Amino acid sequence: MTTAILKQPVEHTAARKPNRSFVHGLITNKKALVGMIVMLVFIALALLAPVLFPGDPSRITAMASLEPSSEHWLGTTAKGQDVLALTVHGSRSSLFVGLTVGFASTFIGILVGLASAYFGKFIDEALSLVTNIFLLLPGLPLLVILAAFLPPGLGTVILVLVVTGWAGSARVLRSQALSIRSKDFVAAAVVSGERAGRIMFREILPNMASIVMGTLLACVIYGIGAQAGLEFLGLGDVSTVSWGNNLFWAGNEGALLTGSWWVFVPSGVCIALVAFALALVNYAVDEVTNPRLRKIKTPKITERSAAK
Amino acid sequence: MRFILRRLGFYLIAFWASITLNFLLPRFMPGDPVSRMFARSQDRLQPEQIEALRKLLGVDSRPLWEQYIGYLHNVFTGQMGVSISRFPTPVTEVISTQIGWTLLLGGTALVIAAVVGNLLGILAAWRRGGVIDSALPPVLVFIGSFPYFWLAMGALYLFGVVLGWFPIRHAFTDGLEPAFTWEFIGDVGAHLVLPALTIVLVSIGGWMLGMRNTMIATNSEDYITMAEAKGLRPGRIMLRYAARNAMLPSVTSFGMGLGFVVGGALLTEVVFAYPGVGYQLLNAVQGLDYPLMQGLFLTITAAVLLANFLVDILYVRLDPRVRSN
Repeated sequence: MTTAILKQPVEHTAARKPNRSFVHGLITNKKALVGMIVMLVFIALALLAPVLFPGDPSRITAMASLEPSSEHWLGTTAKGQDVLALTVHGSRSSLFVGLTVGFASTFIGILVGLASAYFGKFIDEALSLVTNIFLLLPGLPLLVILAAFLPPGLGTVILVLVVTGWAGSARVLRSQALSIRSKDFVAAAVVSGERAGRIMFREILPNMASIVMGTLLACVIYGIGAQAGLEFLGLGDVSTVSWGNNLFWAGNEGALLTGSWWVFVPSGVCIALVAFALALVNYAVDEVTNPRLRKIKTPKITERSAAK
Repeated sequence: MRFILRRLGFYLIAFWASITLNFLLPRFMPGDPVSRMFARSQDRLQPEQIEALRKLLGVDSRPLWEQYIGYLHNVFTGQMGVSISRFPTPVTEVISTQIGWTLLLGGTALVIAAVVGNLLGILAAWRRGGVIDSALPPVLVFIGSFPYFWLAMGALYLFGVVLGWFPIRHAFTDGLEPAFTWEFIGDVGAHLVLPALTIVLVSIGGWMLGMRNTMIATNSEDYITMAEAKGLRPGRIMLRYAARNAMLPSVTSFGMGLGFVVGGALLTEVVFAYPGVGYQLLNAVQGLDYPLMQGLFLTITAAVLLANFLVDILYVRLDPRVRSN
């Protein structure tokens, strides 16, 4: 939600050459750098999990509810599983679902947004109506209802999250595509007889690369958070090891009431770190593409461009 | 007026869509969840109640369109069947006892978060680069990165279990009779602190950043320079000139936020065992109580749509541009 609002009031002007200056701006931006480093660490951990902690992470290896020690860095759960192993292995499912949901919802958002903006008229009306309805339907209850009716499993979790997550990106991308649609070079492409698909994906889409990236990041954040929420409610696939399921078991085994804070802290902090890192990158994308939001040296705003 | 009518039409379509979704879900889902439910609760139900529930949930031999018309009729006359998990209370009665708690919790949290968040955003944008502008947003975004339920669990552990400052579950102390006495109201207030606080903490960053970003755009408008040139007091320019014109996106977010109130408090309610509709929804899911589940979902949707419609009416009042075309 934070990132959705972060993006909302910002009017993006399409960068003519999104590649060099954009990438350069991102690399030199401190926020983006911190965010990307944190993300890379987590991705490395997820990939290396079977090497670092071989075997099934949920097997019982020690006494129950041990405090953090040199042998078990993050202690053990009420069942006697190693919390660190669970957390590191949990990143695999959480990042996988988050990225899959992010890419899938952004992809649907691109298709719907571009089609809306390019074809206009009836198609736009119809697609916008569907988008707005999905935006308005309360997300979490819809998630719960869908998850309750569908057979449990990782596929269900991903499907349900995409169903509830695509509409936000579709709306943002549509409004951006609309403003590019009215530019002269698109009109020129139409006149020169290019096919609709080519205009949408080769002319319009590259010009909104930065906002697509922002949407993608927001969707990944949504995916990771919503998966954790769903699993915490016990509506995910309880047999897999993920951050949400770790928290579900922590709640189920009464880790809080017995005072074993080490069981529930790591997974929550991991989710927060990943979400924060992605939000930082997202914020940096905003700053790079919208000069108004950059840090200013003098306190008085002197530029007077009429964006709104 | 045309704007209002168009919005009303949209909300009606949205409501119809959610009813239809409700109608289709139990009928087309694999695994036949409805039969599972009946198998579990066969002995407790009267034959005519089973018949009514079968019709409601689609274990029915009539053609689909006939079922659909019957379903629409039931929804609009408020016949949602009886709850399975709280047998034999009708679904409507279960919901009506619980929606008040959700509105209390969500409403309190939303109003506090919106007011404080917007004020902070105004101050941050007014003093670019000041303490509020540079220190607070990263902190709030970081707090906002935590999953709701995780923060709620943390607050519950810290303030409820370790420090024992606040009660950790339910909306009021067990055994206390609900009444309009100071004792009861105080008790409800004490139970409200932790759940409301966690929602405020997580959502306040969004309000602040949204307001800040809009207000930065407003600050560079000509009429602000004009007001400064006229020598108006800075406080007056900030609130009556800049903030007033930057309010509109926040009003829209408020409408969205109301939707979050009814639906999104679900996780918080679950952590604190707060007896609202979200908590009940999860209980209904776990107890395979499909009639209650459907009733709750429709009620939540209806509440969200109604709230958004009210915000639209307010919008017409606030923004003359909407009135003119």
